[in-house]
Amino acid sequence: MENDIVISFEDFGFQYTAQAEPTLHNINLTIRRGEKVLIAGPSGCGKSTLAHCINGLIPNSYPGKATGKLTIGGKDALKLDLFGLSKMVGTVLQDSDGQFIGLTVAEDIAFALENDCIPTQELHEEVKRIAKLVDVEAVLHHAPHEISGGQKQRVGLGGVMVNEVDILLFDEPLANLDPATGKAAIALIDDIQKRTGCAVIIIEHRLEDVLYRPVDRVVVMGDGRILYDGDPDTMLCTDLLQRSGIREPLYVTALKYAGVTITREMRPSYLPELVLSEEQKLQVRSWFSAQPQPENTVSQEVLLEAKDLDFTYEGGHHALRGISASIHRGEMLSIVGTNGAGKSTFSKVVCGFEKAQKGSLTMGGIDLNTLSIKERADHIGYVMQNPNQMISKTQIFDEVALGLRNRGVSEEEIRPRVEETLKICGLYPFRNWPVSALSYGQKKRVTIASILVLRPEIILLDEPTAGQDLKHYTEIMDFLSQLNRQGVTVVLITHDMHLMLEYTPRAIVFNAGKVIADKSAAEVLNSPEIVEAAHLKETSLYHLSMACGIESAEEFTRRFIARDREVRK
Amino acid sequence: MINLFNYIDRLSPIHRLTGASKLVCLVAWSIAAMTSFYTPLLVALTIASFALFRLARLRVKDISFMLGMMVVYILMNNLLIFLFSPGHGAQIYGTQTVLFKIAGPYTVTAEQLFYHLNVILKNACTVPIVLLFVCTTNPSEFAASLNRIGVSYRISYAVALALRYIPDIQREYHDIALAQQARGTEMSSKASLVHRLKAASAILIPLILSSMERIETISNAMELRGFGKKDKRSWYSARKFSAMDFLAMGVCILLVLVSLGLTMANGSRYYNPFI
Repeated sequence: MENDIVISFEDFGFQYTAQAEPTLHNINLTIRRGEKVLIAGPSGCGKSTLAHCINGLIPNSYPGKATGKLTIGGKDALKLDLFGLSKMVGTVLQDSDGQFIGLTVAEDIAFALENDCIPTQELHEEVKRIAKLVDVEAVLHHAPHEISGGQKQRVGLGGVMVNEVDILLFDEPLANLDPATGKAAIALIDDIQKRTGCAVIIIEHRLEDVLYRPVDRVVVMGDGRILYDGDPDTMLCTDLLQRSGIREPLYVTALKYAGVTITREMRPSYLPELVLSEEQKLQVRSWFSAQPQPENTVSQEVLLEAKDLDFTYEGGHHALRGISASIHRGEMLSIVGTNGAGKSTFSKVVCGFEKAQKGSLTMGGIDLNTLSIKERADHIGYVMQNPNQMISKTQIFDEVALGLRNRGVSEEEIRPRVEETLKICGLYPFRNWPVSALSYGQKKRVTIASILVLRPEIILLDEPTAGQDLKHYTEIMDFLSQLNRQGVTVVLITHDMHLMLEYTPRAIVFNAGKVIADKSAAEVLNSPEIVEAAHLKETSLYHLSMACGIESAEEFTRRFIARDREVRK
Repeated sequence: MINLFNYIDRLSPIHRLTGASKLVCLVAWSIAAMTSFYTPLLVALTIASFALFRLARLRVKDISFMLGMMVVYILMNNLLIFLFSPGHGAQIYGTQTVLFKIAGPYTVTAEQLFYHLNVILKNACTVPIVLLFVCTTNPSEFAASLNRIGVSYRISYAVALALRYIPDIQREYHDIALAQQARGTEMSSKASLVHRLKAASAILIPLILSSMERIETISNAMELRGFGKKDKRSWYSARKFSAMDFLAMGVCILLVLVSLGLTMANGSRYYNPFI
């Protein structure tokens, strides 16, 4: 079935003009009509470059030298322009907010058709049809800031589907979504593919989340090469994922820890159809009983206490409704909840960016409401999600020293303090580098260092690991735990469930401006009501423990995490 | 947050006009009002502009901020005219009817007051029309209209994009400013000018860097969906001209002719009640 092939790479290689080494080597890959393929790999493995070759941004926007052959829809892709390719390949970018071009949902969906000069009357009909397909009819005339992240992504999908494309390409579709919305996005992609029969390529390093719906094939990449190309079940039988720095589905790892040999016949890639024999279930149960119960060492000394905080924005949005919560000295805590649940507002009130209309906020007996933003920052440091939003100096040393200089500290005192902080953050070797030479993860460290240098007792981080692959995620989080062990209290605002489970013993869950839970992360993720209200997702460990007849899914999760941390060290 | 392009969605005959015809009307109306000092015409236009404002179902409260700015502008304008040329009225109208003296060259004459009346009338008949245009034209339709009257669609779309991103950038600016304040950057008016300039750069650099990221994403997204390939594009929010549009444009162009005609018939731009 030669003519079924929609994409074919033959001995393909690519080198960016600005780089000394090729980014892709020797790629051989064919994708057929109606196939659903997951391309996984750590950052820098070449998966985004591969995607850019498919949608034409290479070589049209990012020039470089290609070798070998790349055919899309039977045509030589390197000779096609972006416009020609956009009729065959629809790309949904990672940043669903950034790719929203129109002033309203309807205009954004219509964008490609407008560029094609389709008469206005037809535009309206087509937009209606597509909006129905991706289920955004109700918000057609809304502006981007009036709709949710999940809806934005649906609009992004609608915007490329108007071209009747044969290939849909999703570049890290889960990066900016909360777990429940991510689950819905994967279901929608599956649904659209079944209805339209086009080929779907999903680029993502969060394997378990994509496998929520079956895929036909997984391609694993590393160092610009294809390491594996085949069915997902066979792949999960190997140790390929650990070796390539991709997180395996948790239930698969748990089975492996229990000594269960994974075989293709067990259908390990699709949890609802996972087959476990009685013997294997017994193996899991006995592993569970044999694992020591992890101790809980949570400090009880209250450091920061919020009582009945109430806050309403000027526009009338009642964001906090009687929040009472405490943060203990030396703990590592996560704050979770949907967008708009009040967690960011809470952190703004804590940092003094906004003033609560009611309630009290005390820290070690000091009433925080009497302190200015600047004075509060001596006690509570706030690190924004995007490091580029914080860095204002060109030199690393100056950036870290900024807060001290603003506070009038003498230069003699600044130097040792900055150098000490740079050492803690592993940035000392780079102290004389310009900030622009650093990677994203290193920039993140610079921003953490620039807060840490002020010696706050608490540091509050907004989504510290958003968009990071397993390696960088581990790097950032290990660094934060190290700080935590040195006595800094760390509060994380996050959507990431792994992060919650692995690093923070306690989680506070926000929903509609209220605290709906304040308990251990394992307990939160194993209670279906909280999971639903906070737009989280039950862990697959919950389902595995149920399937094996283990009553306490929560304890199972806790023991698994303890074991996993040991293994990964 | 103050919205610059304060589109207010209501149902009215003015809202129903297309952006293109409103733009033509705005330009024509302004020419008619700006080129003439013929007082009866200005009075008529002022009355008409307030009537149109009512017709658009706009409330004073909707536009109180912009209206306030305009009033301040008109007052400043008149004050400066009087300060710099208190004899301008007498010069124009050729007579000098002294009402009372203040000091030095500052003498209040009937001619000067009449001249000021004309200046105020000119503002009073154009300001409501400008506000009317701003408040009743959907920004995307405005972009479509610009394109229709001959502006390149790339430039028209840039206008629409700017409007799309202004709220995002305002929000981002606000967040960055707060984070900088936490690190001790002084923003209040207490700080000296040098300090404030430094503070501004502390916000602008991160703002520019993160805007660059945004620009890369948006330009990729636009290219991937075929922007800029063809010489023409269509617009989702474009609307067809109706009879009302032609009528409105006809009336406004007629106004320009009337205004020019009066100037010629009168032999001067000024209506002179003093001779």
